[in-house]
Amino acid sequence: MRGNAAAHDLIAPGSLGAVLDLLAREPGQWTPIAGGTELMVAFAAGRLNAPKLVSLWGIPDLRAINATASNIAIGAAATFLDLRKHAVIAGELPLLAKAASWIGSVANQTRATLGGNLVNGSPAADSSPALLAYDAEIELISVRGSRRIPYSEFHTGYKRNVLAADELLYAIHLPRRFAGHKQYLRKVGTRRAMAIAKVALGATALLENGVIREIRLGAASLAPYPARLRQTEKALLGKVPAREAVLAARNALQAEVQPIDDIRSTAEYRRRVAVNLLEEFLLELRLEGAQP
Amino acid sequence: MNANSKSKSDEGWPAIHLGVNGASRSIQVPPMKRLLDVLREDLHLTGTKEGCGEGECGSCSVRVNGELVNSCLVPVLQVEGADIQTVEGLSLDGKLHALQAAFLQQGGAQCGICTPGMLMAAAQLLENTPHPNLAEIREALAGNLCRCTGFMRIFESVVAAANTNAAPAEEPAVKATRHAR
Amino acid sequence: MSTHAKTRIVGAPVPRKEGVDKLTGRACYIDDMGREGMLFGATVRSSIPRGLIRTIAFSPHIDWSEFTVVTAKDIPGENCIQLIVADQPCLADGKVNHCEEPILLIAHPDKHKLREAVSAVAIEYTPLQPVFSIEESERQDVIVWGDDNILKSFLLEKGDVDSAWSSAAHVVEREYRTGAQEHLYIENNGVIAEYSPKSGITVWGSLQCPYYVVKALRGVFGLPEEKVRVIQTETGGAFGGKEDYPSILACHASLLAMKCGHPIKMVYDRIEDLAATTKRHPSRIRHRTALDRNGKLLAMEIQLDTDGGAYATLSSTVLSRATLHSTGPYLCPNVRVRARSWATNLVPYGAFRGFGAPQAVFAMERHMDEIAAILGIDPVELRRRNFLHEGDTNATEQLMHEPVILDRLLDRALVESDYYGRRAQFNRENPSSTVKRGMGIAAFYHGSGFTGSGEVYLNSLAGIDVTPRGQVRVLVSNTEFGQGTNTILTQIAAEALGVDYGDVTMAAPDTGMVPNSGPTVASRTSMIVGRIVERAAVQLVALLRELAGLGASHTREEFFAACGRYRADHGKVESFCRYEAPPGISWDDQKYHGEAYGAYAWAVYVAQVAVDTVTYCAEVEDFWAVQEVGRVLHPVLAAGQIEGGIAQAIGYALYEKVVMKDGRMANNQMTNYIMPTAEDVPPIHVFFEQVPFRYGGFGAKGIGELPHDGPAPAIVNAIRDAIGVGFNFIPLLPEDLYAGLCHNQTVEEPAVQ
Repeated sequence: MRGNAAAHDLIAPGSLGAVLDLLAREPGQWTPIAGGTELMVAFAAGRLNAPKLVSLWGIPDLRAINATASNIAIGAAATFLDLRKHAVIAGELPLLAKAASWIGSVANQTRATLGGNLVNGSPAADSSPALLAYDAEIELISVRGSRRIPYSEFHTGYKRNVLAADELLYAIHLPRRFAGHKQYLRKVGTRRAMAIAKVALGATALLENGVIREIRLGAASLAPYPARLRQTEKALLGKVPAREAVLAARNALQAEVQPIDDIRSTAEYRRRVAVNLLEEFLLELRLEGAQP
Repeated sequence: MNANSKSKSDEGWPAIHLGVNGASRSIQVPPMKRLLDVLREDLHLTGTKEGCGEGECGSCSVRVNGELVNSCLVPVLQVEGADIQTVEGLSLDGKLHALQAAFLQQGGAQCGICTPGMLMAAAQLLENTPHPNLAEIREALAGNLCRCTGFMRIFESVVAAANTNAAPAEEPAVKATRHAR
Repeated sequence: MSTHAKTRIVGAPVPRKEGVDKLTGRACYIDDMGREGMLFGATVRSSIPRGLIRTIAFSPHIDWSEFTVVTAKDIPGENCIQLIVADQPCLADGKVNHCEEPILLIAHPDKHKLREAVSAVAIEYTPLQPVFSIEESERQDVIVWGDDNILKSFLLEKGDVDSAWSSAAHVVEREYRTGAQEHLYIENNGVIAEYSPKSGITVWGSLQCPYYVVKALRGVFGLPEEKVRVIQTETGGAFGGKEDYPSILACHASLLAMKCGHPIKMVYDRIEDLAATTKRHPSRIRHRTALDRNGKLLAMEIQLDTDGGAYATLSSTVLSRATLHSTGPYLCPNVRVRARSWATNLVPYGAFRGFGAPQAVFAMERHMDEIAAILGIDPVELRRRNFLHEGDTNATEQLMHEPVILDRLLDRALVESDYYGRRAQFNRENPSSTVKRGMGIAAFYHGSGFTGSGEVYLNSLAGIDVTPRGQVRVLVSNTEFGQGTNTILTQIAAEALGVDYGDVTMAAPDTGMVPNSGPTVASRTSMIVGRIVERAAVQLVALLRELAGLGASHTREEFFAACGRYRADHGKVESFCRYEAPPGISWDDQKYHGEAYGAYAWAVYVAQVAVDTVTYCAEVEDFWAVQEVGRVLHPVLAAGQIEGGIAQAIGYALYEKVVMKDGRMANNQMTNYIMPTAEDVPPIHVFFEQVPFRYGGFGAKGIGELPHDGPAPAIVNAIRDAIGVGFNFIPLLPEDLYAGLCHNQTVEEPAVQ
């Protein structure tokens, strides 16, 4: 244990307004900490470069999950257990519920938050492929007001995002329009539980008369940050998911992903498995489309 | 004797109040201090262990407001006002909890270092799911690494505990186990 | 004697002796302890794998007067950790031979200031060319140890290997490799040390062998035995990783304690423990095998090489056991094994459950399947045709004069696993499934106790006493670290004395109080030490019958009454015995010839593996373990040993990889060193056949290491069965499976049709 608790300031203003005021008054000085499942690991390893931290834990505004007929808004500090327990998420957004069940272990899911997962910005983030496949939007908030952007535009580089110095991730919005879509999510890790993704693919697609009318593919660990596979989607949109389109999609995927060798895996393996996952999804899609 | 000495300047920190195993406790420590260290050093509850400091092994698992957490990842400020249960709070009035009795009989503990966290995770599971199937047990314990048992007897212990009635045993009854011949 | 006797306590599932404390959080591990006035210690370590230390600078922004600093200059005795070869310094002096080698020690009351101080020591080196592998070491163009980089070598010969090749119907040659493996005990290494000029050194620690630590401390401090006391605390897992390493840590903490006059606690965190402490020896094993037309073994020539790391530590004994397990449970008239352990500039490798046998058995059992494939023989039949039987001689020409029931074990394993039924089912199902399944077997043995004359050399002393308050104590230096030492030894004593299990406790594992009954290693506790304890108990009963009027048969009350009478007339009620070698054991250490081990445990394991061809992940879906370990002293503990060893070996085969980068472990965090979780382990089915061994405690043979020997080759054999590709190395990760399958697939076809 290499962290020194006395060397850090940690405060809990207790309300969203107070936190935002603080970030506005001293932009870039305070590191928000929600469940702490990333920051406390860095702390114990002696590499938490955050002398001042402001706690987001226990602020009801940030943890609320609100569903309307057409959308669901998930507070950034909602835990993964909150997500798994929520009826709408469990029922209509199974990819997100599945991803939530893959975060660490039960003891991590009670503390790790959706917002924390996104702001931490690991290219292997467990929730990202599902959010990308569900066309999520994120809402950022500051004293200056709030703004919404597609989640796919949130990350700009390895562990870089568009948050301004005085901004906080407030909520993640998902449209409730995927019930009729074919859905797929698969994570390939080092073991069945407690594993960082070597590759993960999330997908939603809508078939009409056997033709792909909509398709969204979100991937983890194939780029410096979680990203939509736009070129691969383009190769499939408007096509029947049969051999020709599958080959074209494979080629597009191979061209657009940028996997690396790292301590967990190799670029070559990731590339190949990404192709296999895509084909597995497309096969399922074709079989579904073939049913009367 | 304290396991690890407190810093002289601790008295300068604002008090944080916790409920621990049913008792109200108040401590003055840096707000960033890990709940694990508060339990072990300030409250002298050394049953909860540190195995990795990364939230990977689960030997630091405790229950906060009825939910399982890795206490090595929790800054103590965030559990102000919370109710915390550690392994020391599992047995009641000197009687072993059904899980403890089951672990003893079924061989669920070998070296014992993962055991406190494992018991917390198992207790959490049985509270939510009184009769879990094997898949549910595996998932509930996936965050608690055991290097000694290979998990088999831990699974059997949880099943045995689920099958006993609610009354904890005073003296562990030594019943015949399913022998491997 | 007792081996076939009906028993009340031995063989019964009595509660673990220290179980309640472990379950209630009362058990006291080293980090739960403190001493009055205690300071904390930390280690400044080498950041390069090999070089000369040029300068050591202490940053001026730290007030060093607050700190205690220890260097090699402070060592009163010899700067050497006494183990086998005296080559490992306690603290580096002028040069370093591996990353993380300890150079300086620092102590301070505040853990945080201590960490800052460690970072504030700047060391400059003149780097020297390091050696990082067996291949680099055996080229011998860079010599990093001795004259030739060879830490140890053995030559084992039987018959006339060279004559066999020309007449053989088949010659099969392959190379096999196994990687390093980390113990990953959930409790890291830790000690507390105290020093006073009057009483000397006292060390408490998480350790397996208190007397090894005494020996090391005596060497470093130049102290006599009565001035060194070592006490084992409750130990959270060991597996060999706390066999020799704690000696180093104990010396470090004691040096700081001596210099500052305060007790010192040194407990590693996971980052340091993974990077700096011992691991399993990597190996490269080359087999060249001659067989006749029917697959009977004619000759085996084996080249067995291990990577020992920078210092010898236990490399010689690991190599020895690897050598003696390298030819498998098979009859072969002509054998040559050339074994060498090579020095490299990596963190020294050390003891780990199996101790060379997992490496050797992996190679042999993979090789049998390779042979079977080439010859077109069923791998089960190939083994059966070559099994050793009672009356045969093994590779060291040891006559198997105890029963060898390999056939029975194999038959049972095939039945319990429905081996042929499942194989047929998978053959049918695999072509139309993306998940391919297969079955694999391994047959093997594990020699119990120290090799050859090792036990005679150890000359273990163990005993029993009875306190005035009527408590029987077992007096041994053997330690509990989860495997059940406390329980089985008290069972044995209680049974042999005719008292209740609850009447017997273990004396504290404190060298100030217990005799040296040898280290807790080599699967010797139940067989060797258990036997001595049994004899001491029998001796005590005989003494009470002779001198205190104890009857020919007695109740427990009568036993304690007799103890009372004995005490009144003769004083202390105690009984000690020394190890007695079974008759007819002779071993030639030069020729590697004779009775290598007093007894062997035998096993046949079967694995069912599924390989997902979408992700290239292999998982063990089911596992059957059939073994003969003599008498089973405690059914729950015994099964627990088998299950735990198998889980660890599944990790060895499919999950656990030590990633080295420039001589340093790069994945030294639990998030990146992957062991199987509760969701990864298969159901494990354990079966014992009992053939009591008359010279073991109540008929027991060793059990602790056996289960780590067999799973890895059974698993990789199952993968071969599943996907038709043989892999000859472990760990076998999905990336490797992908690469292996790649060569069997044309590039254009998608993986999923």
